Amino acid sequence: MTFLTDVWHWFGRSANWHGDDGIPHRLVEHLGYSGLALLLAALVALPLGLLIGHTGRGGLLVVNLANAARALPTVGVVILVVTVVGIGILPVLVALVALAVPPILVNTYQGVRGVDADLKDAARGMGMTGWQVLVGVEIPSALPLVLLGLRTAAIQIVSTATIAAYVSLGGLGRFVFDGLAREDYSSVAGGAVLVAALALLSEAVFVIVQRAVVSPGIRQRG
Amino acid sequence: MRISRISLTVTAGAAVMAVVAACANSSNPLASAGAPGSSSAPAQTVTVGSANFPENVLLGWIYAKALEAKGVKVTTKLNIGSREVIYRQIKSGGLSILPEYNGALLAYLDPKATQLTTADVDAAIATKLDPALTILDPAAAEDKDSLVVTQATAAKYGLKSIPDLAPVAKTLVIGGPPEFKTRQQGILGLKSLYGLTFKEFKSLDTAGPITVAALKNGNVATADLFSTDPNIVQNSFVVLSDPKNLFGAQNIIPLVNKSVLTDTIKTTLDAISAKLDTSTLAGLVKKVVSDKDDPDQVAADWLKSVGLA
Amino acid sequence: MKWGWIPDHFGMLGTLLGQHSVLAFVPVLLGLLVAVPLGMACVRWPRIYPPVLATTSILYAIPSIALFVFLVSYTGLNPPTAIIPLTLYTLSVLVRNVVDGLRSVPESVRQAATAMGFTGLRRLLRVDLPIAVPVIIAGLRIATVSNISLVSVASLIGLGGLGQLFTDGFQRAFLTPIVVGVVLTVALAVVADVLLVVAQRLLTPWARGRTA
Repeated sequence: MTFLTDVWHWFGRSANWHGDDGIPHRLVEHLGYSGLALLLAALVALPLGLLIGHTGRGGLLVVNLANAARALPTVGVVILVVTVVGIGILPVLVALVALAVPPILVNTYQGVRGVDADLKDAARGMGMTGWQVLVGVEIPSALPLVLLGLRTAAIQIVSTATIAAYVSLGGLGRFVFDGLAREDYSSVAGGAVLVAALALLSEAVFVIVQRAVVSPGIRQRG
Repeated sequence: MRISRISLTVTAGAAVMAVVAACANSSNPLASAGAPGSSSAPAQTVTVGSANFPENVLLGWIYAKALEAKGVKVTTKLNIGSREVIYRQIKSGGLSILPEYNGALLAYLDPKATQLTTADVDAAIATKLDPALTILDPAAAEDKDSLVVTQATAAKYGLKSIPDLAPVAKTLVIGGPPEFKTRQQGILGLKSLYGLTFKEFKSLDTAGPITVAALKNGNVATADLFSTDPNIVQNSFVVLSDPKNLFGAQNIIPLVNKSVLTDTIKTTLDAISAKLDTSTLAGLVKKVVSDKDDPDQVAADWLKSVGLA
Repeated sequence: MKWGWIPDHFGMLGTLLGQHSVLAFVPVLLGLLVAVPLGMACVRWPRIYPPVLATTSILYAIPSIALFVFLVSYTGLNPPTAIIPLTLYTLSVLVRNVVDGLRSVPESVRQAATAMGFTGLRRLLRVDLPIAVPVIIAGLRIATVSNISLVSVASLIGLGGLGQLFTDGFQRAFLTPIVVGVVLTVALAVVADVLLVVAQRLLTPWARGRTA
């Protein structure tokens, strides 16, 4: 029980809220790494997923590759890239993007593939071109799954960005790794709580976005 | 019909798991691949542990291989990441033997300790050590924390010793392992003994590749490296001398849980300490870190060369 | 890359692979053993599902390194330190899949089963669960692959597995063990994934006809 009060006091200590080592600064760093990684992953995975979903070609190959990429050990990738290019943000971004692309890609692809064939037929019957079908029918219908992919990726990224601290970067992982080295377990716990809270917050944000963006006609399916 | 299919698959899965578990070769990570164990060996298995940097792993292997050669049954649990984990484990018997550094051990046991010479440090340790533990003879070999700068930095500010940092410390970033910030043989001591206040402290790793990279990139102006690190010579880093002996004695010394201590173990480890001096250790570390040789092989070769295995 | 390093170290690589497999697969098994009854309970008594879901979501959000660090004080440098958190993560993934899978049983099938005399638990075990197998195995695949990656994190505090190759290679700026570690980890995950797909085929013979 004293441990819990230690953690409580850790949050209460004003020193922990100021300066470079303070919670706000580390939070901002963590969000920075996470946001950047999610953006990059989306920039790669969304167009690719839409393309192969729409054309239906190469789907099996890409999905299997994506699943294999999910198996990449984050720690290993970070260490590999650091050993090759040195410390910096790049190793962390590479690992996080590699982690995030599979769920976004697979979900986008499945979302587009899963669009009712009749719906697409009707759209073409109405005279829509391939591009119009994509934008007018497939994307809106696929939106729930696409958002699910982004949401899954976001939570994984936020949780895994903790590892950035292992290679002397910032972020909330600093509280975990520094706490471990200094045997300050309230710091470790505090860092863990912050990361978990941030991950859950990201999930909540995506749920709200989903409510706002997904057309009511499709919402029941979600 | 369906249930039998399910149970068949589950049984097959369990069989796969059993095979896999057999391959895992015991529950100890990096368990040593079979110790000779003669008939006069003590029934107990001794567990040699180490911290997670190459020199300590090497020392762990040296102890382990030497003991094996004398017929002791040995298991290794190397590359452990946290000092508190290590210390708790050896107190409870999860680990039996550790290659320690007397100065660092004393600082851990008593952060206010001021002893500096080998004899004083060892005596102080003996009083502060948990009753379950004991230390054996220290080796001549030492591996001290040292403040290091790049050649360029040394030239720019005319740095040869730690006091030389006084005029410029306020503008410099210093790097070290996270615990460097809060310990006496670290930022605290640099302030209290040398009156140095730095611009910023950056958490790096335990004198490892991140620290070396940070020095080379200029992310930090000075950093804590270990004196036996071949990266110092390789990168032409300049070691700042420590006239006030902030980083006191750091002899390699075996820390042992008394419950496993036998005469065989004591004489074997003492014999190692007698033969280990700083330049020997530095040479061995270089083989592991720079030449990428395996630490267990380097350990075995050295023991053979000095007649201890 | 020192290619010659690889054959010289087959023994060690085999041992690490074995340790890694145990640390990754045992939690999947344990997680499954808990998730199936728990999922069945959530379907039977829907009111407990939201709190169960919330708890598992929170658990899943906690960074694995923190959980490993905590458990070390209690379970030491032994397999349970990795197995317990990974079981909890597996559970978080699988409960949702078990529930979704059980709920995906078409109403017509359920009614037919009841008409044939399958009621309550028997129906759940003999009809619903087998039909839920594909969704459950989808969850198992995700959990297994995820665990295989997470076991490497455990090596940062000294537990075994292929992660040892990363920390060792990192300390010595030695690329070979790092690359080998990444390749072996991915290979292990691919093999596990394939085995699960095969298991799915074996367990759902009725699905095979459909792909004509």
